[in-house]
Amino acid sequence: MKRRRTLHRKWIPGWRSRSESLCQGRREWKGVLFLIPSILGTGGFIFLPFLDVIRRSFFRASGNGFVGLENYVSVLRNEAFLRAVKNTAKFMAVCLPLLLLLSLLAAVVVGQVLKISGILKTGFLIPMAVPAASAVVFFRLVFDRNGWLNGMLEAFGGEAQDWLASDSAFAVLTACYIWKNLGYDMILWLAGLSAIPKEQYEAARVQGAGEMQCFRYITLPQLAETGFVTALLSFINAFRVFREAYLIAGDYPHESIYMLQHLFNNWFTNLDIQKMTAAAVMLVLITGGVLLGNDICTEYMRRRDERRG
Amino acid sequence: MISAQNICGEGMREEAERESRRKSDGRIKIAAWVFLILSLFLMVFPLFVLVTDSFLGSREILERFGPVLAGTEGRAEFVLFPQYPTLRAYVRLLLDSPDFFTAFWNSAFQTGMVLAGQLVVAVPGAWAFARYRFPGKRALWFFYMLLMILPFQVTMVSGYLVLNTMGLMDTHWAVILPGIFSTLPVFILKKTFAAIPGEILEAAEMDGAGEMRMFLSIGIPLGRSGIFSILILGFLEYWNAIEQPMTFLKSEALKPLSLYLPDITASDAAVSFAASIIMLFPALFLFFSGQEYLEQGIAASGIKE
Repeated sequence: MKRRRTLHRKWIPGWRSRSESLCQGRREWKGVLFLIPSILGTGGFIFLPFLDVIRRSFFRASGNGFVGLENYVSVLRNEAFLRAVKNTAKFMAVCLPLLLLLSLLAAVVVGQVLKISGILKTGFLIPMAVPAASAVVFFRLVFDRNGWLNGMLEAFGGEAQDWLASDSAFAVLTACYIWKNLGYDMILWLAGLSAIPKEQYEAARVQGAGEMQCFRYITLPQLAETGFVTALLSFINAFRVFREAYLIAGDYPHESIYMLQHLFNNWFTNLDIQKMTAAAVMLVLITGGVLLGNDICTEYMRRRDERRG
Repeated sequence: MISAQNICGEGMREEAERESRRKSDGRIKIAAWVFLILSLFLMVFPLFVLVTDSFLGSREILERFGPVLAGTEGRAEFVLFPQYPTLRAYVRLLLDSPDFFTAFWNSAFQTGMVLAGQLVVAVPGAWAFARYRFPGKRALWFFYMLLMILPFQVTMVSGYLVLNTMGLMDTHWAVILPGIFSTLPVFILKKTFAAIPGEILEAAEMDGAGEMRMFLSIGIPLGRSGIFSILILGFLEYWNAIEQPMTFLKSEALKPLSLYLPDITASDAAVSFAASIIMLFPALFLFFSGQEYLEQGIAASGIKE
């Protein structure tokens, strides 16, 4: 990511390499001093204990019996675990693209078509400020078996159903997630859009490019990095939807929204530390693998770009 | 003659084209406005309903929302404005429920300490990542990213093991300490710091400023939008904390508002709206007073480095 900027700036005539090296950071050991509190904290609270987690995942709960991969096998055979993984994956697969598309649409509407700023724009961020515990009161009033939605449906001759205790709970949770995060993502997209130089569009239009072509060849490629960050932050925020799910439906919600977070929580309550450690190690490996894969891909693309340009 | 006609025709065609483009532009604009107003309505509506319904009297609440909140028969009615607005719920909550105050204070203390800690830990950390090169930086950054992505539930066991060994379980610190060392603020701030033009630091260095001086007198003032935005985002996050206090706190006396509120909704529906509005108020206040910084800070984390 860092290097790509270098590439970009190379085109600007008269760009000094001296300040460029400053931009990327100076080679200075003293800088590490700034990191010490942070490293001590994350090291002490997460890294080191995680080594213990790894060790425990190979042992029996009581005593010191080494059991090899037994804990892992029992997690992978656990029906609740499989359902939770499936639900979490499904939630990500449905919600992330939906949120990214809707927020991009909102950003284009707000920033490019209507060119709005100020309070109208900030209105999109308000749901972020509404605490889960408050928001949930509203969601219950709407989606409860005796709630407004059913009342309205019946008034129009539709059929009432228990939104939170059926497969539609998944849709309710999706709506809740999008409601909460649309504004945040929209601001990210807006920043990405406004970073694209206007001259590029003008030049393209003079050469007869239409709106669609402009979007395809100018906007999209330059939004790639914003897209990556937006997707990453949305992914992190997607785990937080557990709050709403938990407050609406408790420890054991309808099985369509039984997520990994519920499962870990219940394991913790039942002191099922063995399963927790094994599952945590697997999740860290998978997440780390994906992240590393992404790093390698970016690096590869950077090299390719460099060779070309 | 022919060519003149051609030119004339072309002119007319251009005119017509422009006309049709203007028309379609207008149509797009209208569609955009409809989209904007509709989505803004959806965004703000829940908040609006919560606020107006917090003025409902307890009898009116039971009558209208009983089927949902208290399990009585029938369907909840939709109320936009209370028939007999009253502040009684607020009065009862503020004057007559010591539990509520304890919970409010717990939330304020836990959130405040996390934010103060993040200022001391995450801000210099982000500065180091943005401004220096040192061996192992890439690997370290990788681990920070990984920690940031992992949901709380995965790192929960690690946290539990340490807190338990240190005897901190079921104290305020069980929520505060892991919060301080979250790596998300480091990630968000790093880009803000990296965007500070190198020339400024170069000039400061030539004037003989030390590393600490550069951080304090250039980094912090120029990165203030990012710092404010991690504070606001952090506030919204920890004011809302559910997972951490739920797992690490047992005593009722330590529970924050975010856990007290669901209890109160079940037992005393009448004050639950007022309670949720009071909980919402600091968040909303901070949000509106800092919206510009928040916006800039979020935006900075999204653009190319």
